[in-house]
This record gives sequence, structure tokens and C-alpha cells, in this order.
Amino acid sequence: MAQMLLLSRKAACNAHGQDSSYFLGWQEYEKNPYDPSTNPTGIIQMGLAENQLSFDLIESWLERHPDAAGLRRDGALVFRELALFQDYHGLPHFKKALANFMGQLRGNKVELQWRNLVLTAGSTSANETLIFCLAEPGEAFLLPTPYYPGFDRDLKWRTGAEIVPIHCSSSNGFRITNRAVEKAYQQARKQGLSVKGILVTNPSNPLGTSLTHAELRTLLDFALAKDIHLISDEIYSGTAFAGSPAFVSVLEAMRAHPLNVDLADRVHVVYSLSKDLGLPGFRVGALYSANPEVVAAATKMSSFGLVSSQTQFLLAALLSDNGFTARYVVENKKRIAERHGRLVEGLRRAGVECLDSNAGLFCWVDMRHLLLADTFEGEMELWRKVVYEVGLNISPGSSCHCDDPGWFRVCFANMSAETLDVAMQRLQDFVASSSRCGGRGARGLPRGPISFARWMVGLSSSRDRQWSERGY
Amino acid sequence: MTRHGEPPSEQPSATAEEQALIPGSGGGGAAMRLIVPLQGIVQGHGGGGLVLGSLLPCVLFYAFQMFLKRSRSPPLNPPADGPENRGVVRSSSRRRLPARDAAVSARAALIAKSGDSAYAVGEKRCLEDPYHPFDNPDGVMQLGLAENRLSLDLIDDWLSKNWKDTMLHQRQGGALNIKGLATYQPFDGSLEFKTQAIAGLMGQVMQGSVSFDPSCIVLTSGATPAIEILSFCLADTGNAFLVPSPYHPGYDRNIRWRAGIELIPVPCRSTDNFNISVASLERAYTQAKNRSVKVCGILFSNPSNPVGNLLRTETLLDIIDFATEKNIHVIADETFAGSIHGNEEFVSMAEVLNTDGVDRTRVHIVYSLSKVFSIPGFRVGIVYSFNECVLAAASRLSRFSSISAPIQHLLISMLTDVKFIADYLKMNRERLRIMYALLVSSLMELGVQCVKSTGGFYCWMDMSKFMKSYSEKGEFELWKVMLDSAKIHITSGTTCHCIEPGWFRLCFTTLTRNDVPLLMERLKGVIHRQ
Repeated sequence: MAQMLLLSRKAACNAHGQDSSYFLGWQEYEKNPYDPSTNPTGIIQMGLAENQLSFDLIESWLERHPDAAGLRRDGALVFRELALFQDYHGLPHFKKALANFMGQLRGNKVELQWRNLVLTAGSTSANETLIFCLAEPGEAFLLPTPYYPGFDRDLKWRTGAEIVPIHCSSSNGFRITNRAVEKAYQQARKQGLSVKGILVTNPSNPLGTSLTHAELRTLLDFALAKDIHLISDEIYSGTAFAGSPAFVSVLEAMRAHPLNVDLADRVHVVYSLSKDLGLPGFRVGALYSANPEVVAAATKMSSFGLVSSQTQFLLAALLSDNGFTARYVVENKKRIAERHGRLVEGLRRAGVECLDSNAGLFCWVDMRHLLLADTFEGEMELWRKVVYEVGLNISPGSSCHCDDPGWFRVCFANMSAETLDVAMQRLQDFVASSSRCGGRGARGLPRGPISFARWMVGLSSSRDRQWSERGY
Repeated sequence: MTRHGEPPSEQPSATAEEQALIPGSGGGGAAMRLIVPLQGIVQGHGGGGLVLGSLLPCVLFYAFQMFLKRSRSPPLNPPADGPENRGVVRSSSRRRLPARDAAVSARAALIAKSGDSAYAVGEKRCLEDPYHPFDNPDGVMQLGLAENRLSLDLIDDWLSKNWKDTMLHQRQGGALNIKGLATYQPFDGSLEFKTQAIAGLMGQVMQGSVSFDPSCIVLTSGATPAIEILSFCLADTGNAFLVPSPYHPGYDRNIRWRAGIELIPVPCRSTDNFNISVASLERAYTQAKNRSVKVCGILFSNPSNPVGNLLRTETLLDIIDFATEKNIHVIADETFAGSIHGNEEFVSMAEVLNTDGVDRTRVHIVYSLSKVFSIPGFRVGIVYSFNECVLAAASRLSRFSSISAPIQHLLISMLTDVKFIADYLKMNRERLRIMYALLVSSLMELGVQCVKSTGGFYCWMDMSKFMKSYSEKGEFELWKVMLDSAKIHITSGTTCHCIEPGWFRLCFTTLTRNDVPLLMERLKGVIHRQ
């Protein structure tokens, strides 16, 4: 009889997590996706942080610049050059344009050095590469909660690193306090983990808020005091609304810090064009660091996830058009802010509030008052109702490691305004009918083919879930 | 520009220091140990004098060592007893930084330094002083990189005629629409691309001998991540793969850097025409077992890089039998499958796996579009496996090395142009054959013999008789003379872990016919001097 052929521990075949309750939302959406004409009762996808609001701006630029899209320079095909180009240092022209664009997003308050950029196939790859560069297997990074669920996979899986949460709570708007950071650090030590750094998302996913000067100062001081690194994932930097509070990059905060020279080696930024330009399919990410060893190692590691030369060529042309990028940034932010406002208004009409946010492609929505029980089980029960009865796939806070049950992330930029209105109407109807049934909402057994027992079993398994292969 | 794809030929086998930093390599312990001298065992009989006479020197010795320990600067992150101290090799060669600097990981320190070896100067020279027939005829000829420039014009032509069908020219109602390309796609490639383009293309490359199942395909951004992903799936840090040598120097990077898997070279000899023998696999396996190293798989390339020979069906079956007996995996790197120029027929693992009784779940194949179509810049690698678990894991891991949507869109119309592909493969093969024959005959006139190669971009040359001494040192010196005096950059056999000194790998596909006489002239200069 053949022996069982073993795989590595990392690859050990699990059930793909497909029977986990969190996947149900995605699966239900895939089975029954909303379409205004062909499937108006289908599930609306509000769990995907994608920016589809400004494609027309990019499309019109491409129409006016057919050379860039057609691999031509001054009319001549540059295919050969691009076909053979696999230098992990990247196209200098593209990196310069990207560095310039990133500076623009920071109000030109900081100037980024293009040689400090390392290109990667998406920010997923950039985050993993940074952790490979900074941490040994078993070492830990502190992450403020709630955080992007993908980090559990991206930061830990192949690197062997650990995540220790910095607990933030709704009592102060989920702000990061020095006390919370210190507590997390001590907790890590108690678990016998050596802390190598802190990783924050700024603006935050899932909160949609950007870090204040005070929070940034706290983080920078802490990094210095404990001699650790600070990674700021700023992939949502271009989604910050105009006006105040303005987005402050960690690079800006670092520049203002009295000990900025000592910080240079330990502060690293991750970026991607997936959210701002809405081009996740292009797989363009980058990490930025003034630490020469990190840049040297990450550059070589980028062999494992290079950005295709054709994409670099195209985007170099796009991002070098300063007039276009300036207009794009302003218009894109305006549209995001407007759509955000529309969602907030729609939620309010349903009697639902959300965290005051100034960025992101989502809102952090407070549905605590709709819970039947102030527990994570109660949150899951509400979530199931919203998916199955209301027909909205939203993301429960527990998937983001939120400490307080009842919060949900609701995305707004991956659909038309009309679809958003439909979603809000549904929610309003649901809340109205729930209050008519008395108390905190109707107690209904979940519908659908999945049995209640199976759902409960799913709840009792680990909270760490493998999410769908789509970007989250 | 430093190339990443074909690894710089300066990648030697890891130095002792580097070995120490590779997790699980078993090299150098770092922590200072208190050496307990073997004093006379206090037997209990022998009296107080003997006890004191034994104890006092011990106490003094310990005190001295404690003093020494305290006077060293403390480590940056005082290691607690924890998971990070189990199974992680810490080496004294890890940088000790002043307290204020932020340390990087040992892995990063090693990788940042890689490319500092003696062979690295070759890459540097190629970048500083690249040969060009008109602009820089005295420059350094880069023959260490696998780039096929022989048939780029064919693809150029196709693109010129068909560019309207290619990237970003999706039209809906006349207006350009990028939504289909811009939004999130499956990281392991779109089903449409796999089904319509890749499966069909690979079938054509194999000349119809195999039919490829799109559901067994995972796409990545190149063969480099494809191999790394498979490594992560099939072995844990500290385990090993057997690799017949000489082998592609890039494996040292792809498999050891981050996956931390040891590569155990299984030497092949010129007397066997560098063919793989199961007996040597068996020997290497046993030796590893005696060292308590767990072998998880065999990795080999076919056509072989650097030698260029093809494995016969019997050999492929023998390898599978060996792997089945040891219950390990097989990774077949067939990235040169579309670059056959000799008369022998190429037999893919994919074809052999159709044989009755063969365990398909333990064999995993890697392909790439980089070689066959000379498009390394477009980043398309392929993992092909019948193992459901490997496919599931690889497809999840592909998120870290994902293929871009516009590239799939650009390539789909080209790869589904069956007539173009058939013509291209035929013409490319012919051009490779002509160029290879020209190189080999020219080298023969200089007294340089090459192993008969049937596929790939290389001549595997025996230049041992031109070395001053039959040793690694002699080989390095010859390599240096070729670089410095003849301004030719080729890859030394040592970089490919060849056990016999004097072999060199030369890539013939970056040359035009007109470059060949100049190359021979320069080589002649070196040879006569030696």
C-alpha cells in the first residue's frame, strides 16, 4: 500500500477553509451576484475594497496616449527592449515617476528618493518581503486591531513571523495609545516572543481613519526606545479626502521628529497602485526604505515577484504626466468622498452610525445596537442575517480581530451609486422590519441550505481564516 | 543593469559563512558557550585535597569566563526562551550593530551581501562595458545570461500586425474599457488564459504528445517564483532536495534563500555525458540520511541547464520509481522544453505521467514563457501538477508572485494564434540549430570540445586543457583571463556545482552570426596564451 506522500507543514492540505462561516458570504455572493437588470435580488458585494470610481479618467488618458498602451515610444515598437527586461532594479523611469507620484500624494511635503524604492508584484508581496527582511522565524510584529485579515496570512505564512495585537477599542475611536502599544509589547515578551517591529496601516483598513500626529509620534518614539522597526502600509494614501483631518504619512512625521536621523534605518513604507489608481489587476506594489541593507535584500528578493516590464512602461508614462496625476488625484478623492458621504447618509437613514473617517474605500459601521447579544456569536448571527436576508456581503469585525463585537466593514467604491442606493434601501427595510418585531431585531433562523448546527460548528473553529483569493 | 533571471554567474556555492546563515544547514553555532573543562571527576574517594585541587581551578575558570561574557556588548534583542531560539541557526557572522541601528534579519543580511563573490565582477563588467557590434565593438560580450535574441523579430512582426487585439484594447461599444483588466483577478491566472492560451500552447510545444489540463495549472510571475512556491509546498526549512549537478546556479537562490531548503548536489560525470544515474541518487540519499538530513525531493532540469542534454524516457521512469520507493517528490524543470534544436525527441514528464502505474501525484513540472518566446520581462511562469493539495497550496501562494492581467490579455491572442505559434516554434528551432552548429564547429576548430546538446541556449564546453592547474583555482584563473583579456563573460562550471574543473557554460542565443568570428578571435587569443 502506498505511503502517504507528505507535503510541507506550510502547504499541508486543509479543507481550504471553505466550510468556514466567513467564506459563506463570498460563496453566496459568487452563487448569486447582484445585477441591476438580470438579478436584482442577488447579493451585493460590499466586502471588496476595490476602487472602481475613476476608471474613466485612466481610460481617457489611455485613449489619448495609445503609444503607452501599445508598447510604443514615439511610434516605434519597444517590445524587444521590454520583452528582455527583467532587471530586478526596475525601470528607472518608472521608479522616478512612482516616487514623484507618492510625493504628490503626501502633498509634496516629503520628497521620496527613487533609489529607495523596491518594486514588487502587489503590496501583498511587498509586505511579505519586508517581514522576510526584518524578522527571523518566530519573531513578532505588533499590529493595532482591528486590522486587515490578510495580514494573518501575508505576514506570517512563509516568513514564520508572529503577530501580537495592539488592542484598540471603540471607547476612544480605536486610536493607538502608548499604553496599548506598551501592553502589547509586554504581552509579546510574556509569550516569549522577540518583538521586531510594529506594522500599521495608514490610512487604516478597516477603520478608514488616518493616524494623527500624536499617534505617529507615539509609534516613532516607541520604535526608537525599543530599538525596533516601524512599517507603515500606506496603500490607501491616495484615498484620503481633501480637507481636514489631512492624511499624514509616517515619512512626514519622521522628518519632523527630533531624532529623525536615527529613525531613517528603521521606518519603512509599503505602497501599491491597487487602491488609488484602482489597478489591482496590474500587480504593482512597492516598498520604500532608507535602510540600504533592506533595499539591497528586498531588491534581490523581488526576483520572486517582479512587476512586468510592459506594466512598468505603461505606468511610467501615466505617472510622469504630472498634469494628469494632479487632476486625477483631486477628482478621485472627490468621488471617493462623495460616495463615502452617500453611504454614511444611507446608513443614517437606517439608524446606523459609523466611525468618523477621512479615507479608505469603506466605512467602519457600528451595528452594536442591532445585536441580539453583545457577543461575537451575536455578531455572527447578525452577519448571517445581513448576508442571507438583506443580501449584502459585508465583513464582520471579528474577522479583523476587533475587540468589540458589532462592528462591520462596508465597502462603497466597488459599485455604482445606484447599486449603493439599493443596498441602503435594503438595509433600511431590514432595520425597520427588525424594530417592528420588537426589541433588538427579529430572531430568525438562518435560511439557506446550511444547517444551523453546521454554522455553529464553523463558529467554534479558529478565527483565523483563509480568505478568498480575491483581494480583500 | 543587473539581470535577475539567469542568475549572475557569480553565484558560487555558499561559503562557509553563508552556510551558517542558512537555516537548518547545521553550520556554526554562535552563542558563546561556557566550556566546561574536563577536570578530574570528583570521585568521592581521593580526599579533600583532590577535591579542592579539582574544584578551585574550575571555579576560577568559570569566573574568568563569566567576566569575559559580561564584558561583551549585549545582543540587541535579548533572546528570551522562546520559539525563535528553537531550530533557528544563529551564526557569529551575523552583524553586530551599534545599539542605535535597526538590525535586519540574518536572511536579509545574507541576501544583501550575495553577489559580492569573486565572480560578481563579471556581471559588473558586462554592465559597465557592454559589447555592441557598432557602438562598442571592444566591449565585454555577455554570454552568461540565457536570453534568446534569435527570434524576437518574429514576435515583433506579429505584434505590429496584431496590436489592436492586444493589451488594453478591450472595447465595449467602441469605447476603451479597462475594468476587466484593472480589477482583482485570480492571483494564479485567469481560467480563460489557462484554458485558451496556456494549455493549448503547451500542447503545441510538446508537438501534440501531451494534452494539458487547465485545472492542473497555476500561473506565477516567472519560473523563479514557480520553483520557490513548489519548494515551500514540498519541504520544510532544513529539509533537502537532491539535485543532479552541474545545475542551474539560480536554484541556490530560488530554493535556499527563503524556503531554507538544502540542495544536495548529485554529481554527474563527463564520462557518462553528464547523464543522471539512479545509483548516484541512491548514494546521495543514503549519505543525507546518515547525516540525519531529510530528503524531500529530487529537482532536475530537462533539457538540462547547463549541459543541454535530454533525459530518456527510461531515465524519467527510473527517477519516478526511485522517488516512489523513497516516498519523495520530483520537480521537473522543463523551462527549456520549447527550445529543442537537436534531432533527438524531447520527452516531457507530462507525457511520462500518462504511463500506467506511475504515481502522478508526486511529480510537479515547471514551465515558463520566458525562454520559448524570449519574454522574460513579461513574467509568466507555470506550475503543472496533478496533486490536488499542491495545486491548492500553490494557488494560494501565487498571491505573492502574481501574474498581471494586462499581460494575460496581451498574450492570449498571440498564444491562441495556432498557425503563428506553429510557424514560430519551427523557425525558432531552426535558428537555434544553425547558431548552435556554428558555435560548436567554430569552437572545435579552436580545440574546444562541447558536450552534445539537444536543447536550451548553451554550449557546455570543456576547457580543462587550457587551465594552468586542474583545479577550481585553475578554472577561476582561466575564467578571469577570459573576462579581463578576451572580454568574454561566460559561466564557470564551479558556479554550476560541476564536480570536474574546467567546464564552462556559454550562451549562444544572444549572438548574431556576425559576432561569432570576433568571439572566436578573442577566444583564440586566450587559448594560445595558455
